[in-house]
Amino acid sequence: MAEKIHVPTVAELNAKGITPDVLFWVGCAGSFDERAQKITKAMAKILAHLEINFAILGKEESCTGDPAKRSGNEFLFQMQAMNNISIMNGYGITKILTTCPHCFNTLKNEYPDLGGNYDVMHHTTFIQDLINQGKLTFGKGDYKGKKITYHDSCYIGRANGIYDAPREILQKLDAELVELKRCRTNGFCCGAGGAQIFKEAEKGTKEVNVERAEEALETKATIVASNCPFCMTMLSDGVKHFNKEGEVQVLDLAELVANANDL
Amino acid sequence: MWCGAGLNRRHMDFQSIALPTELPHQIPLFQEDCKSIIYFIFTNAYFQIFYSSKLNTWVKLLPQQCSGIIGINYFRFMQIAQQIVFVIALAVATYFFYKNVSKIRRNILLGRDEDRTDQPKKRWSIMFKVAFGQTKMVARPIPAILHFFVYIGFILINIEVLEIILDGVLGTHRLFAFLGPVYNVAIGFFEILAVLVLVGCILFLTRRFVNKIPRFHKPEMKGWPTKDATIILITEIVLMAAILKMNAADQILQARGVEHYTEAGSFPVSQLLVPFFESFSSEALIVFERIAWWFHIIGILIFLNFLPYSKHFHIILAFPNTFYSKLKPMGQVDNIGAITNEVKMMMGDPSADPNAPPPESFGAKDITDLSWKNIMDAYTCTECGRCTSVCPANQTGKLLSPRKIMMDTRDRAEEIGKRMDSGITEPDDKNLLSYISPEELWACNSCNACAEACPINIDPLNVIGQLRQYLVMEKAEAPNELNMMFTNIENNGAPWQFPATDRDKWTTEI
Repeated sequence: MAEKIHVPTVAELNAKGITPDVLFWVGCAGSFDERAQKITKAMAKILAHLEINFAILGKEESCTGDPAKRSGNEFLFQMQAMNNISIMNGYGITKILTTCPHCFNTLKNEYPDLGGNYDVMHHTTFIQDLINQGKLTFGKGDYKGKKITYHDSCYIGRANGIYDAPREILQKLDAELVELKRCRTNGFCCGAGGAQIFKEAEKGTKEVNVERAEEALETKATIVASNCPFCMTMLSDGVKHFNKEGEVQVLDLAELVANANDL
Repeated sequence: MWCGAGLNRRHMDFQSIALPTELPHQIPLFQEDCKSIIYFIFTNAYFQIFYSSKLNTWVKLLPQQCSGIIGINYFRFMQIAQQIVFVIALAVATYFFYKNVSKIRRNILLGRDEDRTDQPKKRWSIMFKVAFGQTKMVARPIPAILHFFVYIGFILINIEVLEIILDGVLGTHRLFAFLGPVYNVAIGFFEILAVLVLVGCILFLTRRFVNKIPRFHKPEMKGWPTKDATIILITEIVLMAAILKMNAADQILQARGVEHYTEAGSFPVSQLLVPFFESFSSEALIVFERIAWWFHIIGILIFLNFLPYSKHFHIILAFPNTFYSKLKPMGQVDNIGAITNEVKMMMGDPSADPNAPPPESFGAKDITDLSWKNIMDAYTCTECGRCTSVCPANQTGKLLSPRKIMMDTRDRAEEIGKRMDSGITEPDDKNLLSYISPEELWACNSCNACAEACPINIDPLNVIGQLRQYLVMEKAEAPNELNMMFTNIENNGAPWQFPATDRDKWTTEI
């Protein structure tokens, strides 16, 4: 699909008297990180393709405060949260979609207490719902029989108990899902969580992302599927560490779904 | 023959002259060895020591003389004397246990208040599943099976302990024997359980010291923690052996129709020990049965009083600790209410309470700043190390070990408790951060693998989070890169140094 997509902001729709059905919360990584932007674009394409009435906050969006909270800076977290909440409540937002598990966890679990009550969905369950409703189908079978392994992000997996939706999406793609040795509740962190991505790791014998990438490479899958922009960075770096970036791709589920629909 | 002698000889033979073809000839010798090992474990030293020492004469002569003085029958005297000693032992054991458990309760309540009583139905169900049903143990099948043996043995053999206690107080023998066939089946079942516990504990020792499973040999396990584990396993082995010995002697006495030893019980396991004792006189058997009985029950009372000093306290706290589990999604970290009010005031929110006292301190620097549930977690921890064995930081060689976080929390709570016990009121110059270094805290990925892996829902991440809060908000001692990240969020609304105006730049490239 070559035509240009217009991604509206909530303010823009608001001026026209429209309230979006879904707020697409892009998140900092999705907005600024070059690799993660591709995930954002893939998700936006899926939304546009299905003609969903969505919008982003654009320049009005600000960090959810998650990295501050995990680091122990509760003040900064709550300031960010309350600012975001006052903006979203001002627009009457009720439903939020996000491609970042960290934003998802914070918006869903930690905002209600501060006055932000929304129906928050991560894109894995959002896409799964669209598939179940029959709105999203995959005709081309680009991934048919391809060996794909799936990395459970901590904040979608253990933190929020979402294990099946992403796997069902991969099944719908007709891919051959090879599980990592440590998966589901036993999933192994990519090394980014707890604000680790923003700092050097403590002294150790190995980098966490190298350990995880090694495990992913052991599966002999040609695609490592992830659902988190930070896992994306860590796993891509890990694959590069083993000089396997030519053979093994790290792709977000949104990208897989968009590719499968030629978006 | 000393049980090791045969083994040594065989070892020599094998090294020197015995050819493989000759080995079958050694088999009878090996069987002899096995017999002598079993003999040693099950008839064992204390009986022999007893008989070879003057104690034997004392135990016989003193009551005889006393009963003569009081003017009652010797056997009746022995019975009453045992009852009195037993009641005293039981009372002393109960008193000290109560006292030490009260201290632990007090230490737990040193933590700040937190309500964990909502949704009682859900809480009962979690306790039933996770503590009683051991559902989180099954993630590792081998230890799960072995632990199940010991656990079910512990729960069910306690029914027999109840009988033993009542027998001890009332001076009866096998009080529940009136249950007839039910009793026989129960005793038979307990014997099988006792063997399963024995096997479980022996294999646990093997896993720990022969297989050297890594999680049992992390730095924090040096010294007392490993000794603690060894004491627990050996005590359980010895206690189970005592039950079987007691039953072996008992059934011979029953068969001989000795007075007081009414026929009751079935002995599928201990009957195998009968051949070792058959040559004994009834008098010797009575002494032997009594020693085994006393050894077993006194052992249990001592073990009970060991619990408050040991990681083994989990057998009690596992139940309340799972009841008070976190019910919210694992990823949710509670917002600090006092800060919410401050932030609201800063933002001019009319719902803020301007009269609310500003928070005294942020995060936790000592166990008194933690929630009582964190301290209960620490006292519940049995140091199995599942948390540490799944921790990404620990597995990649970092200093952080979630188990150590819990062990340190307990040690610090004990330290404060001991000061209170000795009447010292002024605070010491230590805190929880004297035990846990920033390097450990900053290595955490907040991935929740530790909390997920814990078979009894201990949450080390919660403690780590509160200590980080203290370091950041009270001491401003975050790693430099994190301080830069905070500044970026404040200035640009993103953790990196990108202008906020570029946030939607990607929309122009799609």
